[in-house]
Amino acid sequence: MSLAYDAILARDGAARLRRAAIAAAVAAVVITAMAATGLLDPARFADAWPAVVQLSREMFPPDFGRFPGWLRPLADTLAMSIAGTAIAVGLSLPLALAAAGNTTPNRAVYHVARLVLNLLRSIPELIMGIILVAMVGFGALPGVLALGLHSVGMVGKFFAESIEHVDPKPVEAARAAGATTPQVVWHAVVAQVMPQLADTTIYRWEYNFRASTVLGAVGAGGIGFELIAALRVLDYAQVSAILICMLACVTLVDGLGAALRRGLK
Amino acid sequence: MLRLDQATVTYPNGLTALQPTSLAFRPGEFTVLLGASGAGKSTLLRCLNGLVTPTAGDVIADGVGSIVHDRRALRRHRRRTGMVFQQHHLIGRLTALDNVLTGRLAAHGFVRSLFPLPRADRRLALAALDRVGLLDRALDRADRLSGGQQQRVGIARAMAQEPEIVLADEPVASLDPGSAERVLSDLHRICREDGIAAIVSLHQVELARRFADRVIALAHGRVVHDGRPGEVGPRVLDVIYDRPPLPLVDAAE
Repeated sequence: MSLAYDAILARDGAARLRRAAIAAAVAAVVITAMAATGLLDPARFADAWPAVVQLSREMFPPDFGRFPGWLRPLADTLAMSIAGTAIAVGLSLPLALAAAGNTTPNRAVYHVARLVLNLLRSIPELIMGIILVAMVGFGALPGVLALGLHSVGMVGKFFAESIEHVDPKPVEAARAAGATTPQVVWHAVVAQVMPQLADTTIYRWEYNFRASTVLGAVGAGGIGFELIAALRVLDYAQVSAILICMLACVTLVDGLGAALRRGLK
Repeated sequence: MLRLDQATVTYPNGLTALQPTSLAFRPGEFTVLLGASGAGKSTLLRCLNGLVTPTAGDVIADGVGSIVHDRRALRRHRRRTGMVFQQHHLIGRLTALDNVLTGRLAAHGFVRSLFPLPRADRRLALAALDRVGLLDRALDRADRLSGGQQQRVGIARAMAQEPEIVLADEPVASLDPGSAERVLSDLHRICREDGIAAIVSLHQVELARRFADRVIALAHGRVVHDGRPGEVGPRVLDVIYDRPPLPLVDAAE
């Protein structure tokens, strides 16, 4: 009996060793990447210290003198994040159903949908913003389109992932009751993943609010435009004031998102 | 070795799951709790290792004292008390062996438990799997095992603690009759061999009659019967399951 135990423990030990070897390889890659990007070079951080002190001093105290002029851009940014998320959800749901192995009509559609999702995800929203500004002009519109299209890449992938992980049992029950394929998809698949879809959507809305501030930098409207303007004239007291406003809004949006998520469970 | 002293559990929504109850459990005794769903079996079991805290009364374990008022006493009591759950509570992606080793965690500190446990612990875990007949499946993922096998891994995990008491909350409720029989007889045999006290909640009256030394029946949060399994007759069952007595007069007409 003791021999059998030892044999099993030896096999278990070998499996453990394999896992440790993989972990060591991953650690080596991570350390190499950190070294290549200068993270392990203390001299760089030592040199940067005076500039950190200088900038911090210029950022304090924050200058809220132009605050009333920021309200409209903040509202624009909020509107961009909501409208952009709506576009993302509208396009993501059909794409996700096509890109989920269990609901796709056929392999060709599956691969095309996956390709579209990858393509949209791989173009950064900033680049998409620059291209769209060139196409439709300055303002919030190119910002909304950039947010929406880029979001589809990630939201659609997450939706598809959720759809692929549905419990097959209720789906079988709906099919057994004589439901048509669209009925099965809507009433058995989508009904199950609704909370996850809502979760992803709200998470993405929070993200889009933050991302839309960056889009202002390329002329796509909102509070980001004000931020870049202040940075250009090196008015760091105003920069820190705008950042505080953005922090307040992000906190508000996150809190709202969390409350919505609780309601949807 | 473990007793309830006027223990009462009232949930925040006002429901009293356990009316003031006093019971004493003896070493090595195989006790079965019978009762309908919602009768208070789970609440009583969970009181016995502090997963539920009585809102009034006390739970006292021999040698450690009140587990309600003293957190150190509770930890010491839990270390020597194995628990078997209805849904077996295993981690599906880990091997059966690794799941059983969870039972050895309380014997080590947190930092030590980040590294592979000592060979002695792993041999102990394998011996526990061996006793439930699963030695050959020790390195299989837990989610690859059948329901009955998973529950036997759950028993092995409890036994790896080298407990003095085992609490089992409807351990066979989600199993087919054959697996249920096998799981329960494994549990019964091991407890008998090692002199472990077992407190097991069940739905099946026949299994209770076969394995129990003592049957405690609950209805609406109250003990309605406490005695030997042979004494559980139709009258007790009617009380437990809220069935009206047979209308004999009507039948005679």
